[in-house]
Amino acid sequence: MNPFTRQARLVLVALLALVSLGACQREPQPEWRLNDVSGHLPDLDFRLTDDNGKAVTGADFKGKVTVMYFGYTHCPDVCPLTLTQLHVVLDRLGAPAEGVRILFVSVDPARDTPAIMHAYVNAFDKRAVGLVGSDRDVEALAKRYRSAFTREPDRGDGNYEVSHSSAIYIFDGAGKARLLATPSASQDDIVHDLHLLTSMETTP
Amino acid sequence: MMVRTIAAALLLAAGTANAADTVSASAAWIRVLPGSLPAGGYVVFRNTGDREVAIVDAESPAYGMAMIHRSSTETGMGRMEMVDRVAIPARGTVAFSPGGYHVMLEQPKHPVKPGEPVQVTFTLSDGKKLPVTFVARPANANGPKD
Repeated sequence: MNPFTRQARLVLVALLALVSLGACQREPQPEWRLNDVSGHLPDLDFRLTDDNGKAVTGADFKGKVTVMYFGYTHCPDVCPLTLTQLHVVLDRLGAPAEGVRILFVSVDPARDTPAIMHAYVNAFDKRAVGLVGSDRDVEALAKRYRSAFTREPDRGDGNYEVSHSSAIYIFDGAGKARLLATPSASQDDIVHDLHLLTSMETTP
Repeated sequence: MMVRTIAAALLLAAGTANAADTVSASAAWIRVLPGSLPAGGYVVFRNTGDREVAIVDAESPAYGMAMIHRSSTETGMGRMEMVDRVAIPARGTVAFSPGGYHVMLEQPKHPVKPGEPVQVTFTLSDGKKLPVTFVARPANANGPKD
């Protein structure tokens, strides 16, 4: 064997070693299309009542990818638009959607009872859960995610609107905040990222 | 010549008197929510006339209250506001669509079910009325038929 061939073979072995070492050390970075908020927002944590009237905490959703959105049932336009988009997204996701829950948190504790929330969320998607709580509990949750809501003045007939943050928060099965989407995010992008996130759940 | 002038004047008068005839509506649907929750109505208005016409009011025999609203999610906040008028430009269209303009229908007089027709009458800036038949659609519908 001439020295050149021998040297080339050594270089090749070293390169292969480097490549395999790299593969071991660096976890594959998922290519998210939505905003990656990993490490920037707190884990899923709350104490609220679900739309069946049962007390629930963030821990009850361990193992599920959760999509959290703040809104209220007397919201005829923006909330239904977002919930419809999420319903279409989950239908497009197919079987993995069984591992996803939409958490619709009411920012209108005065009017939204578990029963109203139950009818409302189920009109959009069976994988949606309505969450209600006291003013304090809902405010604490909103604050935790730097979300905001304001009850607008009464229109004079006892009815009022509630302005609220329109962000969509996505958590992984361990309750870690992973992604942030706006209502104008494309359905393709949300489907893409939920596919990635749910596949990471099944193959840890 | 005289006849032509009179004919032209008549045409002009007819045009003025029937400004509302230049406005038509299509693809009208209502997103029905459970119970007696308010519903949003969506429609596309077309103005074939030479002058701007505005939608200034709405009413429906099926609901106790109808209002024209505009939603926005600017600055990350979802909010709604009442609007006094929505202009339909000359030879143009304006769409009431989810996340934007909509007619907000409150206090249903009876439960409105998907598939039902719902009458909504709009008042135009020239005082004319524009009756439009909306179709009631389920909560998670994307449009008049999907």
